[in-house]
Amino acid sequence: MTDTTMVGALNLGLRHELERDPKVLLLGEDVGRLGGVFRVTDGLQKDFGSDRVVDTPLGEAGIVGTAVGLAMAGYRPVCEIQFDGFVFPAVNQIVTQLAKIRHRSAGRTAMPVVIRIPYGGGIGAIEHHSESPEAYFAHTAGIKVVTPGSPQDAYTMLRQAIGSPDPVIFLEPKHRYWTKGPVTPVAGSGVAAGPLATDGLHRARIVRAGTDVTVVAYGPLVATALSAAGIAADEGTSVEVIDLRSISPLDSDTVVESVRRTGRLVVAHEASRSHGIGAEIAARVQQEAFYHLQAPVLRVTGYDTPYPASRLEQDWLPGVDRLLDAVEAVRKY
Amino acid sequence: MPERSAHSGHHGVMPVIADAPGPDHPTAPPEPVDPARLYRDMAITRRIDTEAIALQRQGELGLWPSLLGQEAAQVGAAHALQPQDMVFPTYREHGVAWVRGIDPVELLGLFRGTTLGGWDPQQHRMNTYTLVIGAQLLHAVGYAMGIVRDGDVGTGEPGRDRAVLAFLGDGSISEGETNEAFVWAAAQDLPVVFLCQNNQWAISAPFSVQSRVPVARRADGFGFPGIRVDGNDVHAVLDATREALERARAGGGPTLVEALTYRRNPHTTSDDDGRYRSGAENDRWAARDPLALALDGMETGDGRAALLAEVEQECEQVAARLRAGCRALPEPDPAAPFDHTFAEITPELERQRAEHLAFVASLEVTP
Ligand SMILES: Cc1ncc(C[n+]2csc(CCOP(=O)(O)OP(=O)(O)O)c2C)c(N)n1
Repeated sequence: MTDTTMVGALNLGLRHELERDPKVLLLGEDVGRLGGVFRVTDGLQKDFGSDRVVDTPLGEAGIVGTAVGLAMAGYRPVCEIQFDGFVFPAVNQIVTQLAKIRHRSAGRTAMPVVIRIPYGGGIGAIEHHSESPEAYFAHTAGIKVVTPGSPQDAYTMLRQAIGSPDPVIFLEPKHRYWTKGPVTPVAGSGVAAGPLATDGLHRARIVRAGTDVTVVAYGPLVATALSAAGIAADEGTSVEVIDLRSISPLDSDTVVESVRRTGRLVVAHEASRSHGIGAEIAARVQQEAFYHLQAPVLRVTGYDTPYPASRLEQDWLPGVDRLLDAVEAVRKY
Repeated sequence: MPERSAHSGHHGVMPVIADAPGPDHPTAPPEPVDPARLYRDMAITRRIDTEAIALQRQGELGLWPSLLGQEAAQVGAAHALQPQDMVFPTYREHGVAWVRGIDPVELLGLFRGTTLGGWDPQQHRMNTYTLVIGAQLLHAVGYAMGIVRDGDVGTGEPGRDRAVLAFLGDGSISEGETNEAFVWAAAQDLPVVFLCQNNQWAISAPFSVQSRVPVARRADGFGFPGIRVDGNDVHAVLDATREALERARAGGGPTLVEALTYRRNPHTTSDDDGRYRSGAENDRWAARDPLALALDGMETGDGRAALLAEVEQECEQVAARLRAGCRALPEPDPAAPFDHTFAEITPELERQRAEHLAFVASLEVTP
């Protein structure tokens, strides 16, 4: 076990998958010699060659569309979209093709494609470099949408996603890219080691136990929720933090069980509030744990505006203070 | 395809790729542009760029995409415009913005994080910067459709006929939307000139990743003229763009102008070009510096010394303005995202705005 940044953990995960399976390919703009604009693929082209780590032309529909064809030919493409706001030219391929091919072929054609997307704000970037597109994808049947909140999950979940026979949108919280944490790589990686079991990919995880209020977060907001829980504890409120990990499918069982114990729920995400992931979680909880609820479910989210100019993002984004306000509101309800 | 000169002057140009038909309506011969004016605008453009990079290093800007080496392509193209023409830029057209009369301080807002745009596109007849590669080209085509519907093409009335000048990079030619734009412009003979600054790199991807043939030759497959010019020769770019815009205004349809040049700085201030290209390549292009080339073509002697002194003084003034103006750019209002999401605020946004402003106010009272 070593302490590694999330970027380092993702890089290691990709390396181990490239070693394990010669059918794994990386595709994307600038993933080769540059190592990606965030350096997630740093050094991989040097070690695995430009046939396996492919610098593509500048076209997202092309990246995903050719990945679909490569998957049909038996490969396991891992695509990198350079920034969240640039996935949209590829959305046609994702929604009308990638997500539907298993179904269309009556289960005969698998689509083991991973689309990695750095997402979310908080890094002072310009327009289109801070967006949270998860709800668009989660609304599409046939693709999985996952996001790690820690370096260990970044490593493990990426390997599981690549091992998955189905398409996975793998959202990387770029605001946490440089945060370090312990990472235990799987021993004996390489072809013989086989893929990691993909079972756990859809599971939410309780990352801090508590009794008074449940806070559900994912990706960049897991760390925010943990900080808030620490402060709340000092003020006498015991907050349970759930890292959702998988946005679709949604592990509502873990959330519902927690809410049955705490009776209170706050959901946090950076994406706009309306019609989002928080709404889905709130709906499931009221459906399955209505009589356990002591307070309405609250959402702490980005607003229903375009992502603002970066000088405003600090307050626009859900932070520790807004989360604590919501925790207090449901506690006092 | 016969090779012909893309410009009427004597300046060195690249081989022309495709022939261009003459305009349907004769237009008045263009006013000559004073070479000193071109040099001045290139020098100021460079100074804006240098100063913005310094501001980024000082932490005043989050990011800056430098145009070092592309001054001639931009200033040359911009001087081919008539006031009534419309420009659709990418994110690197600082020289075009300067010639279009946009306050360089306004360019900084996007990169400082105080705005998502800055200037009034109608006032300057230049749209705000576009960060999604290729997206603006379809807007340019749609705008050109509007011009045609308004009857402002091919009237022969100077000051009425209009055209659109849309900028793109060499990486952009791989995007689907770019190709859709070419198809529409061709099929409808639209008054749009696509100006590709082939600076030979799309971040770390060399041109060979995008295309086997020069950008200009792509136009042939879509059915309109493609012209390749020396992008470091301001006169060559001016002449080719002017000819293309005149044809467009006269109803002669689209043109793709490829200005072959080189991006001498990293892609942006966040990029490390040492990872993907050699200093020697950069040196070769530094030896073809557009400002030096422009000076070479000018008179020597006292006149030049006076011009250089005058331009230097102007550059100093612009730089000082930029430094002071950058720091004085107003901080955005926390309500701005809510107020400008729609023309009228919705009840839901009204609630969210009130919630947000109360939250921001609560932060201000804490010590
Ligand atoms: C749709 C889209 N994909 C990816 C990006 C990220 N990106 C920004 S600039 C760039 C390279 C652009 O190259 P080129 O078109 O040659 O223009 P240049 O930057 O060289 O002026 C890339 C890949 C983007 N802005 N938009």
